[in-house]
Amino acid sequence: MFRRILAALAILALPAAPAGAQLTVQILKGMAESVPIAVVPLAWEGPGEAPYDVAATVHADLERSGRFRPLPRAQLVEQPHAAGEVDTADWRMLKVDYVLVGRVSGLPDGRFEIRYELVSVANGERLLGTAMPADPKALKRASHRVADAVYEKILGVRGAFATRIAYVAVDGPVTRRNYRLVVADADGANESKVFESHDPIMSPAWSPDGRSLAYVSFHSGLSAVYVQTLATGAQVQVSAKSGINGAPAFSPDGSRLALALSRRDGNVDVYVLTLATQNLQRVTEDPAIDTEPCWSPDGRTLYFTSDRAGGPQVYGVGLEPGARARRLTFEGSYNARPRISPDGRQLAVVTVDRGAYRIGSVDLQRGGLQVLSGGQLDESPSFAPNGADILYTGRVGGRDTLAIVSSDGRVQRQIAASAGELREAAWSPFLD
Amino acid sequence: MRSLPVVLMLVGALVLGGCGKKPTTVPESSGSTVVEGSGTGSEQGQGQVGEGRDLPGASGSPTGGPAGVGNVIYFDFDRSEIRPEYAALIDSHAKHLAGSGAVKIRVEGHTDERGSREYNIALAERRAQAVRRALMLQGAGDGQLTTVSYGEERPAAVGSDEAAYEKNRRVELVYGR
Repeated sequence: MFRRILAALAILALPAAPAGAQLTVQILKGMAESVPIAVVPLAWEGPGEAPYDVAATVHADLERSGRFRPLPRAQLVEQPHAAGEVDTADWRMLKVDYVLVGRVSGLPDGRFEIRYELVSVANGERLLGTAMPADPKALKRASHRVADAVYEKILGVRGAFATRIAYVAVDGPVTRRNYRLVVADADGANESKVFESHDPIMSPAWSPDGRSLAYVSFHSGLSAVYVQTLATGAQVQVSAKSGINGAPAFSPDGSRLALALSRRDGNVDVYVLTLATQNLQRVTEDPAIDTEPCWSPDGRTLYFTSDRAGGPQVYGVGLEPGARARRLTFEGSYNARPRISPDGRQLAVVTVDRGAYRIGSVDLQRGGLQVLSGGQLDESPSFAPNGADILYTGRVGGRDTLAIVSSDGRVQRQIAASAGELREAAWSPFLD
Repeated sequence: MRSLPVVLMLVGALVLGGCGKKPTTVPESSGSTVVEGSGTGSEQGQGQVGEGRDLPGASGSPTGGPAGVGNVIYFDFDRSEIRPEYAALIDSHAKHLAGSGAVKIRVEGHTDERGSREYNIALAERRAQAVRRALMLQGAGDGQLTTVSYGEERPAAVGSDEAAYEKNRRVELVYGR
C-alpha cells in the first residue's frame, strides 16, 4: 500500500516548470453544522526545527472543505501529542467534538514517520491511530492524507485532499493570448505546467490512473486531441481528423477515449477511439449536434449533449450495438456538458436557470434538477473523486475563475488566482 | 469596449509583421483577417475604420477576397442558418473562388461565450459548415475550403453583453490559409 503511494508521489514530484499564478481558496458559504475539531500541532521528535507543520496543512484542508470548523491554534489551551494525554473535559469546554494529536519523527532510512491519533471528545474513544512513513519531499502530501483519514472517519466519505486538479490558465493580451494546461494539488499549490500554446487549449480529462491527461489543442492550426503523460511530458496526438476533434473522455479502464468528431461532413457525433488499435467506433448518428461524452462508472453507457430536440439536452446511450439514446434532462431550455458522479447516481450539468448559466444536478433515479451554483456564466462541472464536491468555472469580475460547490449545494468555495483566467478544471481520480 | 476590435486589428497586424516563425499557426482571428483579408473593418461593426482602409488596393493582392466585400457572416443565438442579408456576400466570395481555383480560404466558425465550451465548438462548426456548403453551392471548390471551429475561444469583441455577443456569433472567411 505505502509503496504504491510512494510510487505515485515520485511521479507527481517530477513535472516541469512552476506555472506562475498563486491560487487561494476562499469559503463563500460553509455548512452551519460544520464539525468543530482541534488539530493540535504535532510534536517533532528530533533535533532542530520540525521539518514540516503537518497540523497546519490538516487544519487548512479541513477548514477549506467547509465541513469542519478547526479551533484557531491560539485557542488550543493545551497541546497533547498522544490520545492518552487528551483531557476530554477540557476540550468539551471549548465545544470541540474531536481532537487530532500526533508526533513526527525521523526514520533510520532518512524518511519521516507521522503518527497521529483522532480522539472523540464525547466519549474519549480513540477513533484513529496510524503511523505513516513519508518521504522528506512528500510531507505536504502526507499531511493531506492525514486530513483525508480524518475526513473519512468523521464524515464517512473518503477525503480528496491528496488529489490534484488540471485546468487551463489563460493570460496575456487579447491579441496574443497565452494558454497553459496546468496541474496543481487540490488546494491549488504545487502548480506545474503540462503544455503551453498561443492557440486555444481545451477540455482536459484525466486518465483513470491519474498519470495522463487528454486534451484539445489548436497549436497545429486545427483542433486535435492529445494524450500527455505527466511524468515524462510525452505528448501523443491521438485524433486529428478533418473537422472538429473535441471533448475527450477516458473510459473507466483507460483503454478507450470517447470523442466528439465532425469528420468531413461537419455533423458532430460521439465516437469511441480504442487507443491501442486506433479503432474508431461511431456511437451516435444523428444530424443534430452530439458532443461532450461522459462515461458511466461501469463503462457501459455514454452520457452526452445533443440538440436533437431543438436546444441542448443531456442523453444517455448504451454502447451495445443498436442501443437507442434516451433523454435524461427535461427541465429548462438548456442542459449540457454532463459529468457523472462516482456512484453513478447524479449528473452534473450546465443548465440555464432564469437566464443564467449555472451548475445543476440531475438525480438519475428520481429525476428532477437542482441548481447548485449562483453565477451568471458557470460551466465545466467536474466531480471530486469522492463525489462530495463539484469543481467548475465561473465568471467573477469579467474573468474566468474556478469555484467548488458541494454536490448538495450547501458549501460554496471560490479559488482565486493572482493573475490571469482559470477555466475548464478537471478533478483527478484518487491517486493511489 | 466598442473600439477594442480596431485596436486588436492594428496590434494584431504588428504582431504578425514582427514574427514570421510559424505561418500555419493562426494568431488572433481579428488580427489575421486584417492582414489576410480585405475590407474587414466595415463588416466588424467598425464602419468608420473600414472606410478609411485601402480596399481597392487590397483586392489586387493574391491573398485577398473580392473587392469591397466583407468577410464576416453573423448569426442569431444558438442558430446556424445563414441570414438572407448575407446571400450577396457569400455569392461574391463564391464567384471569386470559382474564378481563381488556386485561392484557398479558411472558414472559421465562432460563437459567443455563453454556455458549454464544447457545445459551442460544435455549434461554431455547424455555422462554418453552413457557410462552406453555401459557398460550394455558388461555385467554390471543395478543395479551396478548410473549416475550423473555434467555438467561444476567440471572441472578436470582449464583454458579457449582447453588443459583444452579436459580434462574436460569426463565421470569418480568411484568405490565404
